[in-house]
Amino acid sequence: MSKVNIQQLGKVFGKASPNMVPALKDVNLSIEDNEFVTIVGASGCGKSTLLRILAGLETNSSGLASCDGHPITGPGAERAMVFQHYSLYPWLTVMDNIKFSRKLKVNRENLSSSDVEAASGRADALLDLIGLSKVASAYPNQLSGGMQQRVAIARALMGRPAVLLMDEPFGALDAQTREVMHDLILHIHRIEKTTIVFVTHDVEEAIYLGQRVVLMQPRPGRIHSIFPVPLPAQRNQDMKHAPEFRALRAEILDRIRESSGMATDQDLLDKLNQKAEQL
Amino acid sequence: MSDIKLPRSSPSIWAIAANITRGQYWFFAALGLICPFIAWAALSASAWVDPLFLPGPLEVFQRLYLWLVEDDLLGDTAISMYRVSAGFALSAVFALPLGLLIGAFRPVEALLEPLTDFVRYMPAVAFIPLVMLWFGIGESAKISIIFIGTFFQMVLMVAENVRLVPKAQIEAALTMGADRYEMIRLVLLQSAKPAILDTLRITMGWAWTYLVVAELVASNSGLGYAILKAQRFLKTDTIFGGIILIGLIGLLMDQSFRWLHRRSFPWLHGQR
Repeated sequence: MSKVNIQQLGKVFGKASPNMVPALKDVNLSIEDNEFVTIVGASGCGKSTLLRILAGLETNSSGLASCDGHPITGPGAERAMVFQHYSLYPWLTVMDNIKFSRKLKVNRENLSSSDVEAASGRADALLDLIGLSKVASAYPNQLSGGMQQRVAIARALMGRPAVLLMDEPFGALDAQTREVMHDLILHIHRIEKTTIVFVTHDVEEAIYLGQRVVLMQPRPGRIHSIFPVPLPAQRNQDMKHAPEFRALRAEILDRIRESSGMATDQDLLDKLNQKAEQL
Repeated sequence: MSDIKLPRSSPSIWAIAANITRGQYWFFAALGLICPFIAWAALSASAWVDPLFLPGPLEVFQRLYLWLVEDDLLGDTAISMYRVSAGFALSAVFALPLGLLIGAFRPVEALLEPLTDFVRYMPAVAFIPLVMLWFGIGESAKISIIFIGTFFQMVLMVAENVRLVPKAQIEAALTMGADRYEMIRLVLLQSAKPAILDTLRITMGWAWTYLVVAELVASNSGLGYAILKAQRFLKTDTIFGGIILIGLIGLLMDQSFRWLHRRSFPWLHGQR
């Protein structure tokens, strides 16, 4: 059985009216256990909305989304989310941020003292995994953007979620930091064996990280196609120059250009150039 | 390689949004505080104005000293501070939970915010006759006026502080399984705390304003009353002294709130 199942999912914001374009329409996707799926598409294609429905932060208007066979009706600790930024608690140290979920009732019911010890050990292990043991007692605003996102990832993993949802988590980072984060998240995926759904607008990022890349298109938001990534499971930065990688990136970029109206912008640019030559 | 002399770049402190050193800050702060005093001393010494209307700084400080040793300056200050603290605490006790509820729950916002906005625009001073009819001129009258003057503003400001909690902080807690009560206690309150302390600091200033208003019209003790009494006897030096004293107490309270802010929220003031 698949980990996450999405069937005929639709989403309309506000009141439905005849000329209203749905944010999502007829989305079907099934994600396997321990899979790393990336979702990419032009802005307005509904990729973030889809992720937020999986997190339970938005409700779907039609269809069904389920996790481990249970229909998703609201947020839950088994579906953790990493946001683009500003989600850490600035008043808590790095360690307390990671342990935040331990304070919540859902995670404290039926706990023995050995569980508490195990949790404390897990927080240490996660801190080690993200390489921030030295700054355990620092506050988030003393860390760089990349370090903050690492803490956010560790915090999301703390409760051993069934699915890790990531909404453009590296979108605000510089290119060098992003590459480091890519290898870190792949490493985490191998060690933790989590299922990851990762939304991005960066095609290269989507191919480098994903086992499958889901391409979405806007108006209405829908899945255009799903590309299996023809790269070995163990990725490294050199693969970005492999012909398979470049071919897939070119193909996906073409599809995005078709759907996002960038082609029309190109027409406009050509016309302007012609005008300029005439003058 | 030949030496290339780059022009020495010394960033001007007059550039827009420029940084200044701590020493420069204190220099300008002292300048801003001392200059008015010098101007005041010069003006009153220059026989241009009748000292009856503008006594010099020296006379004012002499008067404050006499007020302290011969009259009851400490008693007047104490009773005024008691009234401010009582009125302010009473507002805070009701405004904090109410503001939190308005900021957290949309139905409560719709229920209470338009009403609060409406009452807020009713001038607190205009309630004085009514308050005197209801409570006489006892302590409760003064405290009520301070309450009316600060409570409604405080509610709206606290509600806004809570509303400004970043959505990502709330959603992160939701995806970790927080329930409503945990959300309020562990996220909204913690996140809004520094802003709420600033709100308290600002409304404390307004509480002082309304205290003096209340003491001017309905009192027989306190700093405001002393100012009013001095006017009857043309003791302008006492009026000046009283006003300066109230300003100083206000400054002191403001600074204590700032100190408390730095003390309570090290994560906001930490080195980046």
